[in-house]
Order: sequence, then structure tokens, then C-alpha cells
Amino acid sequence: MGVEGIGARVARKEDKRFITGGGRYVDDMVVPGMKHAAFVRSPHAHADIKKIDVKAAKKMPGVIDVLVGKELKTDGIGNLICGWMVHSKDGSPMNMGAWSPLAVDRVRYVGDAVAIVVAETKGQARDAAEAVEVTYKEKKAVTDAVSALKKGAPQLHPEAPGNLIYDWEIGEAEATDKAIATAAHVTTMQIVNNRLVPNAMEPRAALGHYDKAEDHYTCWTTSQNPHVARLVMSAFYNVAPENKLRVIAPDVGGGFGSKIFIYPEEIVCLWASKRTGVPVKWVADRTESFLTDAHGRDHVTEVKLAFDANNKMTAMKVDTIANFGAYMSLFSSSVPTYLYATLLSGQYNIPAIHCNVRAVYTNTAPVDAYRGAGRPEATYVVERVVETAARELGISPPELRRKNFITEFPHQTPVIMNYDAGDYATSLDAAMKAADYAGFEKRRDKAKKAGKLRGIGMSCYIEACGIAPSAAVGSLGAGVGLWESAEVRVNGVGTIEVLTGSHSHGQGHETTFSQLVSDRFGVPLDSVSIVHGDTDKVQMGMGTYGSRSGAVGMSAIVKALDKVEAKAKKIAAHLMEADEGDIVIENGELKVAGTDKTVPWFQMALAAYTAHNLPEGMEPGLKEGAFYDPANFTFPAGCYICEVEVDPETGDTDIVQFVAADDFGNIINPMIVEGQVHGGIAQGVGQALLEGCHYDDTGQLITASYMDYCMPRADDLPSFQISTSNTPCPSNPLGIKGCGEAGAIGSPPAVINAITDAIGNNDLTMPATAQKVWSMLNAAKH
Amino acid sequence: MYSVNYHRASSVADAVKLLKKAEDGQVVSGGMTLIPAMKTRLAAPSDLVDLRHVDELRGIKVSGKTVTIGAATTHADVAASDKLAKVCPAICHLAAHIGDPHVRHMGTIGGSLANNDPAADYPAAMLALDATIVTNKREIAAAKFFKGLFETTLKDGEIVTAVVFTAPPKCGYAKFPNPASRYAMTGVFVAKGKDGVRAAVTGAGDDGVFRSKEIEAALAKKFDAAALEGVAVPSRDLMSDIHASAEYRANLVVVMAKRAVAAANA
Amino acid sequence: MSDVSMSVNGREVSATVEGRTLLVHFLREHLGLTGTHVGCDTSQCGACVVHVDGKAVKSCSMLAAQAAGSRITTIEGLAEGNDLHPVQAAFREHHGLQCGFCTPGMIMAATDMIARHGPGNLDEATVRAELEGNICRCTGYHNIVKAILAASKTMAKGKGKAKKAA
Repeated sequence: MGVEGIGARVARKEDKRFITGGGRYVDDMVVPGMKHAAFVRSPHAHADIKKIDVKAAKKMPGVIDVLVGKELKTDGIGNLICGWMVHSKDGSPMNMGAWSPLAVDRVRYVGDAVAIVVAETKGQARDAAEAVEVTYKEKKAVTDAVSALKKGAPQLHPEAPGNLIYDWEIGEAEATDKAIATAAHVTTMQIVNNRLVPNAMEPRAALGHYDKAEDHYTCWTTSQNPHVARLVMSAFYNVAPENKLRVIAPDVGGGFGSKIFIYPEEIVCLWASKRTGVPVKWVADRTESFLTDAHGRDHVTEVKLAFDANNKMTAMKVDTIANFGAYMSLFSSSVPTYLYATLLSGQYNIPAIHCNVRAVYTNTAPVDAYRGAGRPEATYVVERVVETAARELGISPPELRRKNFITEFPHQTPVIMNYDAGDYATSLDAAMKAADYAGFEKRRDKAKKAGKLRGIGMSCYIEACGIAPSAAVGSLGAGVGLWESAEVRVNGVGTIEVLTGSHSHGQGHETTFSQLVSDRFGVPLDSVSIVHGDTDKVQMGMGTYGSRSGAVGMSAIVKALDKVEAKAKKIAAHLMEADEGDIVIENGELKVAGTDKTVPWFQMALAAYTAHNLPEGMEPGLKEGAFYDPANFTFPAGCYICEVEVDPETGDTDIVQFVAADDFGNIINPMIVEGQVHGGIAQGVGQALLEGCHYDDTGQLITASYMDYCMPRADDLPSFQISTSNTPCPSNPLGIKGCGEAGAIGSPPAVINAITDAIGNNDLTMPATAQKVWSMLNAAKH
Repeated sequence: MYSVNYHRASSVADAVKLLKKAEDGQVVSGGMTLIPAMKTRLAAPSDLVDLRHVDELRGIKVSGKTVTIGAATTHADVAASDKLAKVCPAICHLAAHIGDPHVRHMGTIGGSLANNDPAADYPAAMLALDATIVTNKREIAAAKFFKGLFETTLKDGEIVTAVVFTAPPKCGYAKFPNPASRYAMTGVFVAKGKDGVRAAVTGAGDDGVFRSKEIEAALAKKFDAAALEGVAVPSRDLMSDIHASAEYRANLVVVMAKRAVAAANA
Repeated sequence: MSDVSMSVNGREVSATVEGRTLLVHFLREHLGLTGTHVGCDTSQCGACVVHVDGKAVKSCSMLAAQAAGSRITTIEGLAEGNDLHPVQAAFREHHGLQCGFCTPGMIMAATDMIARHGPGNLDEATVRAELEGNICRCTGYHNIVKAILAASKTMAKGKGKAKKAA
């Protein structure tokens, strides 16, 4: 390991611009002639549109045009789609209702876009948006998925009778039921996974620019995957063919999944730019983000976990209802199915598992992937029911877990996944030691004397990252492949550009990807540049989500580096009249092993481009590309322990200790990995303690700003104690598993297990607000 | 935000003149509530008259136990005032916990009182301290000044210029913030003065700041947290929302009162 | 319309703006200082924090006209040439940022915090309490707190130039 190579704790290259105000986000972009857009949005959760009158609005100061859904349809712009086909258990395809980028005859949630106003200033656009007169005929709304399935519930889409999108299953129902029927003990729970709003700090934004002379569109957008955005906007929404559409995702201020999807606004801004002849910029305000960003989670589940007389797990049965909101967002269908039910085995050897999932339309914002996407929901089900079982069986929670751990690999679960490597006991031991688990009861007694209720809880999570291989996900219904691309360009002076299909929106790719190159060729980090986020610059790629940039994105870079290295060695061997098999690369030089013959890296590169003296038949230049399609998912896993103190007078919970012991396989930059874990834990603690998206019965979003949606702040959280262990991933060249989502996946059950331990009441739901906890304690008193 | 005309007042008299000329004018001081309300289009004055640069409205005077705080004095200045801390540390503590540091640099006591947000901190203090709100026209007892949610007895063209109160021998403030907004979900200011105990509650009442009879009666017997053991406050007239039910707020009134008394006695 | 003049990062600037123009929009759109960000509508996130006459203020909750005549420092004006402010340097060294969107506001809040308490006078609980007005979704605050404490110590030792720290 060099000082800047793999495993080094290198400060980030990208930070210089961010700490000096030099970041370039979509809202920072200015194009000559650019005007500003505001959307007219439905104030109703469910209504028929009777009439849209734009006459008054068009006359307002500064207004360039006001456009509605009918015009969009006239111009052939297509409906938004869900790109992952899931079939119901009866074999029928999912029931997808139509989602027009601008609603034409019906609105289905508060915030549904109805018209766009383009004006000289943002203020004028908003003024005019208020002047657009939309006549609605209100209909009854339904916001929770359980009610939406009931007879007589308001119906959202004619394509989805009973609001049912699909009724899907996985695993062996019969074997599972049989094992449960004959079990020595069965733990049964009702589990709610609360709806969350992702809340990347940079609100979504889009700048659409149609260049009439070139008949070419450019879209600057807050995207985690600009190439997928271009593909989908081209292939399905008929905005423009791919060669006439450039999508740029510059610096993006956080995504957490919410910026994977292609939303109505970017489509409409591009279309409106052509219609109006001016570049059109739209930037969401925070309330607009709350209303229209894809939300996360929102599951209602019943779970049964069966044990034999030796406390070994024999079966798990899960029935989940998933709220999809008013429309099917881009990858919504995959979240409660292939990203959720396939992880229900957790870290445990469970011979039989069956899971049924019903996906349901409601009059709420669309729901899709949010940090962890399906895996936090699965982990919450598994780790809450295991903890509860331990309490029911009177066994210590870590021992019940340990007794049921999978210890031999590879391990085929009953729900598709084949775990390739792991060492769950090591993480459990590390976490228990760091948390001084053995000394807890003393701390509990001490807290009691101070009038506080202290509790401890743990969670042993597993997740699947780097979703793959493409053929496998294709067979499960994915509309895209899930490989990644890379191109490595060595310039004539030896500096290197890496073009990647991954997209960094906080993950530090400019640093970690450079570390790979530095490690390989011994060149300084500063001589390596990472290019990403622009479809005109970078070859097709799949973007960043699902903790895939390490395991998949970097593996593609490794493949391209292999090719560059091979050619560089050939050139060097030729220059030094040596055998290419004898060439080694060290400290920025190509050497003939065992001799003092060397060629500096830059000299080899120059030779590649002057092409004066290359091996017979070799093409000039030094640039190689690669596409990497993983052979398997990766399986990060770990153990989290949370310790809390509850103030019985107010119900307020203080997290006094949080320990994370993760196995991410090999690590490129520990500092960045730790940062990912910190952020993930904060989001998981946020879900467990603070965050809850709340609609009222009429479908109005009550938590539509930071006045009511509780974001974790610095004083809500402790400093975290984190550590890692390493069982390298066998399926990719770097042995990387991925670390982006673990924190958000592993932490919610640890927090809730701790609070329920503290208060001695297991019926707690997330978020465990002070009011909720106090009410439970108070009810127990009376 | 809707269009608005901005005017900077050089004196209170100038501000009154500017207000008179305006179609639907409003004074702005720190603007920490008004500007966000205008941004979300919940407030739409035609004209804003800025008081932030009126020197006569700023400053803290302590004379014996009599405290005068100019209306345009920021929360940060109240929080950091040494002379105020000597006679009434609770008011410094309260000011130091309004909003966040950036808000405290701008927000003012006069703005907070004139706005009378049901979850603002200062109204509870003023009521418990039996303060006098001084305007350009008259002096108003705090008990008469606050009128329900976001309402006061201020008339058109009337501007709060200062508050005056007598620092009591003992007083304290404790609040339980709303976890999201960090406004008081329940805040209690208790004061033990020459003429007895006053306990004012903010953030909880469905008609704004109020004095709690139950808390005052218990503390009149003994000004000690223990005196509040077993005391119940009726939830009938308390707010209920997704963050806190009326019953929960009733509990918080008692708990915060205990903590306020403990702080006062510390 | 309002005529506004102020000093921004040591430069005198003047413009005629709509009365409703917020200070943050004046900085971003009229002066091209896009380092100051807007992350919410309710003055809670703190992405917009700048210094007005030496004090941290939310520039999304102040009209440009209200700031007329004031001395403004934004994230762009914090470093001395190529020399980063100690708080900027500490954020990088301790990985106190990820996506970078909240970072300018965090750094401006941190420099104000250190100035108010005096370099070297901060502890973890104080830093966490003082960050009430700044929301970060990426870092879980762990490394932000670490960076601020480190910068506070560095500045107490008199290392690094603390230009316009307040």
C-alpha cells in the first residue's frame, strides 16, 4: 500500500471546491437566455380535472408561457414508467396505471403536477402559477395501503382494480406452513415500517435547454444516474433520441435513492424549452421536495418465526403490504420484492421461508428506493422478531442469534440469495466487546438510581449490494442491465483520466477511484482525474445506488486498468528490449525485474502517442475501456448495538452509545467508509426516533417542511464507535462488498430493540417519539 | 414571496410615518418569523418598515431590579448580557435557547412579542414576570397584551419599543422543544416575586400563552419541584397535534414547571 | 425596487433589486457567489449561513435590502488566497463533508461558533447544541463535530490564519 493507494486514509480531492464555495450544482448553472419555471400542483389528493384556465396567468408580468398536459400529449411526450416488471403469483403482469408528466384529467396526490409556468423570474413564475385556474371535482382519497385494499376504497387507476398492483410471493408456502404448525415455539408480530422522506439537502432541480439550430437538447439534472435518465427519457418519454439529448448531473447534493428516478419535472422542462424557445430552469423548494420526491419504506407486515425445541429456527412466514403511492416510480416494484423478501433469511440458517407481498396504490407521493431500499425493511422485520423471540424464549438475544448464524459458505437461502462469504460471529463479538455488553446491567442499575430507564438492543444485519448479474436481474424482470463501465485514458504526458459510469453525490469517487489508479501505476493522485456525470463525455453507464460504485464501478475500472497495464508493459518491454513478462510497475516507473533498466511512466505514455517506436502492429495511443458485469451480489453484514436512556417523565430517548461492527470486505479508503457508516446510522436513527411522514385522512401532507418533519440534528446523535472486519468478497477483483447503505439498514432495529428493552414494552412503533414512549409508560402506570 | 416595498426607518416616528403611507404596511425587526412567512406566501404585506437600524430601540438597561430591554435588542444580546445575568439569569437562559445561533443574531424581543407565536418563548417570560410592554403610544401590562394565537392588543401604527420588568428574587425557565421545529412544544416560566408565584406556559395552550392556576397554587405553598409531585394540569384547553397530544402537553407542563423551579432555586 | 450597496468579501457592490430579493439570491444571482445554498423554506437547514457584520445569519431569511450598508462574508471570502481558513482545512482533514451542499453553511456557522466561544473553548456537547441551526443529511455530524473541535484547538494554538473569523 502506497500513501495514496488502496487502503490509505487519503483526504478527498473534491473537498477543495466544496469548502471554498466552488461546488457546481444544478441551481448554480446559468445559460444565456435562461428563464424560470414554476409548476402548478394539485392541492387535492384525489380529484378530476374539469377545466384548466391559463388566460389570466399568461397575462401576468414576465410570463413567457403556461403549458398544460394536453399540449404535452399532443407533442407525443410519453407517460412515466416503472422499469422493473413484477408478476403476481397467478402469473399476471403488474397492474401499472398511467402517469402523465402533467396530469390531464385526474390528479392522484397533493403535489401532482398540472401545468408549468415559464417566466422571467422565479417569483413571477410563482405569481403566475397561482393565477392558473384549475377546476377540480374532488374525490375521496385513501392514504394508507391497508385501507386502500379494502372493499369500497377509493379507486386510483382503472388498470389496477382494488388498487392492487401485484400480489407476489417467494419461497415455499407449504413447507413453511408445515414447519410453523409443528414448531416448539412461534413468535408472531405485526410490524410497521414508517414512511420516510429522503431529504437530500440539495432540492431536486432541472435545467432544460433546447438548441434549435442543432436540434439538440441538454438537461442539467440532480441525478444519480444521468445515462439511465437519458435512456429512459429517450426510449420511453419521447423527449429526444439519445444522440440528440445530453444529460449532465454535475455536483449533486446528496441522493439517498431519491435522485435515481426520472421525475416529471426534467421531462417537462426539456419539452417546455422547445415549446418556448428559451432554456427553462426549475428548482424545487423544500415543501415541493416533501410533496413530490419519491418517499421511502411504508410497509405493514405480519411475521411468524418458528423454532424447534432446541431454539433453532425452522421457518419464517411474512405477509407484507407495501404502499406505492399514486404512481409506480421507476424502480418501485423491485423494492418490496427482490430487494426485500430475498433478504429475509438475515444472517440465519432458516430452512423454510415464505413471503407474500401486495403492492398498493394510494393517494400519496410515489414511493421508491430510499437508502437501503427493501433491505432496511427486511432487516427490521428479521431483527425485531428475533429479538422478541429471544425475550419470549428467555434466552439472551446475542446467544439466540449466534445459535442460528450461518457459518458455512457459500450458503443458499430459501429466497434466491446465495451468500458467498461472511463471518457473523466475529462482528457480533467485536460489537459486544466495544459496547461492553457484559457490563450493561451495572449501567442499567446506575441509570435507574438517576431516574432513567436504560436499555440495550442489537441488530445483526445482512444486505445484498451491487445488484447483479445483469442476466439474473433481467430474468427477475429488470428493464436494465446492472453492469458498470469505465474508460481509462493515459495522456501523452502520463496523466490519467478515468471516465466512469458511476456518479458521485457525496461518496468521494474522485478520491477513491484515483486511489485505485495511483495504487496500480504508482503515479501521484493529483495526476489522475475522474470524469463522470455527463453523457457526452462518458460512455454509457448505470450510475450510483445500491452501494454499487465500489463493487461494480471500481471493478470496471480495474478491468480497464488491467488492459492499460498490459499495453503499457508491452510498450515498455519494446523500449527496453526486454520480455514483457519481466516488466514490473513501481513508483511511477516500468522496470525490468532484477535489472536497473527503467522507463518512467510518462516516457512510456509519450511513446504510445508519438508512435515512433511501438511494437510491430500495435495501435498508437493508450486508452482502454471495460464493462464489468458482476457474477453475484455482494453481502456486507455486521452487528450494531445501541444503548439508550429514556427519561420517564417526558418519554425522551437519549442514545448514549452506538456501536457498529461491519464487514465490508476490502476497503479502499477507511476514512470515506467510516463517513458512509456515520451517515447511514444517522438516517437509521432518524427513522427509529424522529422521522415519520404523515398524511391526514384527506391526503394532505402534514409533514411538508422541517417545521413538522423531524430531521436528525447534531444534538440528537452521539459520536459513533465503529470498526470493520474483513472477509473479502470472492466475486469481484477488489474483494469489495459496499458500505453505502449498511448504516441505514442495521440501525433502526437496534434502536427500537434498545428502547423496548428500556421501557419493558415491545409494542413500540417507529418513530419512537417522546410522546409515544411517554404514552406507553403512562398507560402502564394506570 | 409576493412583491414588497422595503423602507428603512431612522426613528420610531419615521417608522410610524412610513407605515401610514403604506397600503398594507408592516414593521419588521429581525424578520425571523415574518420573512419565512412571506416566503411561503402566508404573509403578504405591501410594505416593510425596517426597525433594525433604529438606535433608540436597542439596548438593555438595569437599574436596581428594574430591567428595560429595547424592542430591537436581539436574542443573542439578551443571552450574552452580563448585567442582565446578574439580576435575572433565567431571561438570558431563555434567550440563549430561542431558535439557533443564527436566528438569535437577528431575532428581537419586540418582534417576538408583537408576533405572539403560541410556541414562542418570550411571551411566557413576560407574563410570568408581570412585565410591561411599552409602545410608542402607551404602556400595556403583559396580562393584557397577549390575545390568543398570533394576536395582541397592538393597534395599527403602534410599535413595541421596549419591555420593562422587575427582576424577581427567583425565576426559571424550562422548555421541551418540538423535535422538528425546535419551537417550544411546552415551555414554562416560573417566577417567585414579592406578590407571589406566577407560572406562565407557552407552546401548549390552544389559545396561546397562559398562566397555570394549578402550578401556581402548588408552588405558592412551597417554591420547590417537590411541591409539584402529583399535581395535574387539565388537558382540556391544550393544543393537540401530530407531535403532542393535549394529555402529553399537560404532563409536560408539570414536568417543565418542576425543571423551571429547580433552575430557579439552583 | 430597492437600491442596495454593501461590502461583500471586502468588495463594495451596488445593485437595484426587487424589494422581495433575499440576501441569498442577491449573492447567488446578482454576484455569482453560488457557494451559499438554499436547502429549505423555513430557515432551519442553515445551508445559507453567511456573516453579516461579523455574525452568522441565515441569508435566506433576510432581504438584500435589509443587509444594505452591511459587511458580508460568504464562504468564498473565508480563505486568504490559497491559505484555507483553519475551519475549512479541518473539514477536509476530518472528512466533515460528503455531498458538500450543507458545507458552506456549516463552515460559516463553525467559524462564528469558535469566535463566540473563543478558540479552544468548545467541547463536543457545546458543538452539537450550537449546530441546531444546520442540518446535514450525509455525515451523521460525527466528523463535522470532530472537525470543528479540531479547528477550535488549532486556532487556540494560533496556527493558521483566522482572517475574518467572526
